Order: sequence, then structure tokens, then C-alpha cells
Amino acid sequence: MSEFVMPSLGADMESAILMEWHVKEGDKVSKGDVIAEVETSKGVIEIEVFEDGIVEKLLVEEETECKVGTPLAIIASDANESVEVKVEEKVEVEPPKEVIQQEELEPKKEVKLEPQEEPVVKVQSRELKISPAARKRAEELGIDISTITPIDGVIQLAQLEALNPQEVKVVVKEEKPQEKKKSETKDTKEGMRQAIAAAMSKSNAEIPHYYLSTSINMTPALEYLEELNKQRSIKERILPIAMLIRAVALALQEVPELNGFWHEEELHISKAIHPGIAIALRKGGLITPALLNADIMNLNDTMDSLSNLITRTRAGKLRSSELMAQTITITNLGDLGVDSVFGVIYPPQVAVIGFGIIKDAPWAEGDALCVRKVMQATLAGDHRATDGRVGAKFLDKLNNVLQNPKELL
Amino acid sequence: MNKEELQNMIVKEILEIAPDVEEDEIEFNENIQRSLEIDSFDFLKILTAMHEKTGVEVPEADYAKVGSVEDMANYFIDNL
Repeated sequence: MSEFVMPSLGADMESAILMEWHVKEGDKVSKGDVIAEVETSKGVIEIEVFEDGIVEKLLVEEETECKVGTPLAIIASDANESVEVKVEEKVEVEPPKEVIQQEELEPKKEVKLEPQEEPVVKVQSRELKISPAARKRAEELGIDISTITPIDGVIQLAQLEALNPQEVKVVVKEEKPQEKKKSETKDTKEGMRQAIAAAMSKSNAEIPHYYLSTSINMTPALEYLEELNKQRSIKERILPIAMLIRAVALALQEVPELNGFWHEEELHISKAIHPGIAIALRKGGLITPALLNADIMNLNDTMDSLSNLITRTRAGKLRSSELMAQTITITNLGDLGVDSVFGVIYPPQVAVIGFGIIKDAPWAEGDALCVRKVMQATLAGDHRATDGRVGAKFLDKLNNVLQNPKELL
Repeated sequence: MNKEELQNMIVKEILEIAPDVEEDEIEFNENIQRSLEIDSFDFLKILTAMHEKTGVEVPEADYAKVGSVEDMANYFIDNL
């Protein structure tokens, strides 16, 4: 028997509204089944169950707002296995990202969840051990001490002094969502802005990024695609971005170090490739849902899945796994005429790949100067996890794959 | 179908595919991808929908000729 809790669907989700149950008590469920729909700032998300079993009890009624971690249902295991076994399984099955997010969320969660009744910061500061000098300094700097991790259980002055201005800013930024959330009814757009703000601030403060860029001659790949599309009806046409995603999946198989997570001072390479695709929402903001299992898809599957994913993202109909499983991010700003994208890594991922516009440009081939379709591919890597050499190897592989487009099929 | 009917049809598809675009934002002679933030994916969806309605398929090589609502309508008239 185990509790099924409200999952964290992105670094900053505090709570969501359980809209609808897709199962009833007594139903048999298998890992991956959608058992409920919840409404979040990212739209309506279908929540999947992570284990096989039988729904023993639904603990929450429909249309109830639940905080992350709230037990929603009791799932009884099929074969009366002990809870311990199931729990262990769960940890292995789920991507490490979720584990990290929950750990990271916990301190924040406390901070954010209590304020409804009492001002939080005070409650927190009373519980925290902090030296008087440090407390005074924190007040001067306007730092919320509840966001600082004590060393050996105590916050010392030296620790505050060591904070660089950037980090201080982050702390200040992170306070904002709390203030607003208190008074306001949920504004989807604002909720998403804040989620992006928090995740990107954290990334900028914690991840030492390195950036690489390479010019890729896209003429062979585009010509190949044109031939392919000529034989297809308009419905089955493949967009260049699908081909690029496919090329990334192939290159990552050769250079797996960029596909994974930075967790507990260690790189955890993910075997499966679930690239998060940055999809802009016209009303503002963006979501980077995972294109699940891109590594085992051919070009047609990649296009179909991408098309399906974009449509569902814009309609606000994603699945929980798509918001939790991303192993790397791909962002494409070429449609808007941008030359190159230098991305900010979404923690705990360790890399983001950017594509710019594909345009006619002078290109030297042998002794001749000619015009080719050229695109800038960029990579931002987490320097804790990998070095520039790995990133360079990846971009080189990517380039190679795109020069031999038949391999992309 | 005349030009006006086609233009109305195209506008209808744009509003369908990009629900937050306001009808009065659409300038018939402006590139819809740039002015309305229609990306390549949505653009393909608009062409697919127009193909279903008119039977005309725009080959990739002709994408440059169908950038604005007006150009697109003219293209369909020529190819109907």
C-alpha cells in the first residue's frame, strides 16, 4: 500500500487544483495510467500513477486545491507486497529530477505554505539559529534569512558577507511570489512568470555555464527534407525543427554526458533521452515539456510527437511525466529571426541546446565561396558536470549527423 | 471562390489556430509569421487547414509566396 501524493510539476509549483478523478475506488491501475486531472499555472495536467496497483481510497474530492505532497489517494499493491519494496521501486523508476525537486522544494514549501495565516518570515527566523551580528547584517541587506542554509545549524555573519550581490538579488526575487500569492487569486500568466523567474535565478546563481557555438551548413539536410516532403501530403510534412530534434537525439547517444542531471555534486547521466522543447505560449511565457523517449523515435515519430506535444501544450493539456522527465532542453528561436541562442540551463539539467535562424550565408567550400543555408547551433553546458571538450564533441556530432541526413530517418 | 472569400477563410483559420490573435490585429498585407507570432508549426497547420478547404497544396518551395493573408489568397486563386 502506498500514498499517491500531489506531484511537483516544475520547480515552483506550490499547489494545484484536483479537477477530476479518472479512476474510482477499486479500479486497477498500471504504471503510467492517467488517474486524475489537475489545474496548474501550466494548464490542465494529466497526472500519471507511478506503480501498478488497485485504487483503495480516494482521499480528495474533485475541485479541491491541494499542496504539493498532499496525499490524494491510497494505492494498494496488487500482490500484497510490502510498502518498502514499492517505495524502493518508485525511486528507481522516477527520474532523479523529481527527487531533487522535492528536496529543494521542502524548505521553500514551508516558507510559502504557512503565510496564509501568519507572516512567515518571522515564524521562520525564530526557529532559525542565527548569530546576532548576522541577523543585524541580514536586516541591513534586506536578505530573507529563511532562504539561507545554515552551516552546522547556525547562520554566521561570514556566510552573509560571502554572498555575492547576485545571490542577494535572487533572495529578494524569491520573496516576491510569496507576497503576491497571499492576496491574489491565481493568475495563470503571472504564476508562470514567477516560476520562470525563480528557476532562471537559481540557474544563474548556481550553475557555472559555458557556451559554445558552431555554424552548421544546413543545405544537405534541407534539400533532403524537401525531397522527402515533396512525396508527402501537406499533413505529413516534416518541419526542420523535427529534424533538428532527431539530430540532437542521435548526437546525444554519442555524447551522453550532456543528457542528465546534476545531483548531490555528481553528474547522473540519463539513459533515456527526454528533451524538453521550449514552446512559447502566445499569451506570454513558455513551457518546456518533454518529448518523451526521443532516442527511440525515427524522424516520422519525432514529427508526430512534436506536433502532438505543441498542440497539447498550447491547449493546456499535458501529462505529469512530460513536466517532470526532461533530461536536456532544446530551444529554437529561428522563427523570430534570431541568429544564435545562448540559453540558461534549467536545473537540475546540465545543458541547453539553442537553434537560430536558418538563412542564406556565404560559405567556403574548398577554394570556392558559395551561398548555403547556414544555422548557428549553440550549447550552454554546466561546467560542474562537463567541460567544453564534451560540448564541442557534441556539436561536432550534431554537425556530422546533419551533413548525412539519411541517418536521420 | 473570390479573393475576399479566401481572405476571410484564411483569417478564420488563423483565429482558430492562434485563438488569442484579435481579428483587427490581422493586416492583410503583413507577413503573418512575423506580425502575429505564428511559428512554423502553426503556419503549417494553417496551410493544412486551407488544403482541406480548397484542395490546394502549397509546396514548401512556394512558402515565400504565401507570407501574408493577401498573398496567400492570391496564391490560392491562381492555383484553384
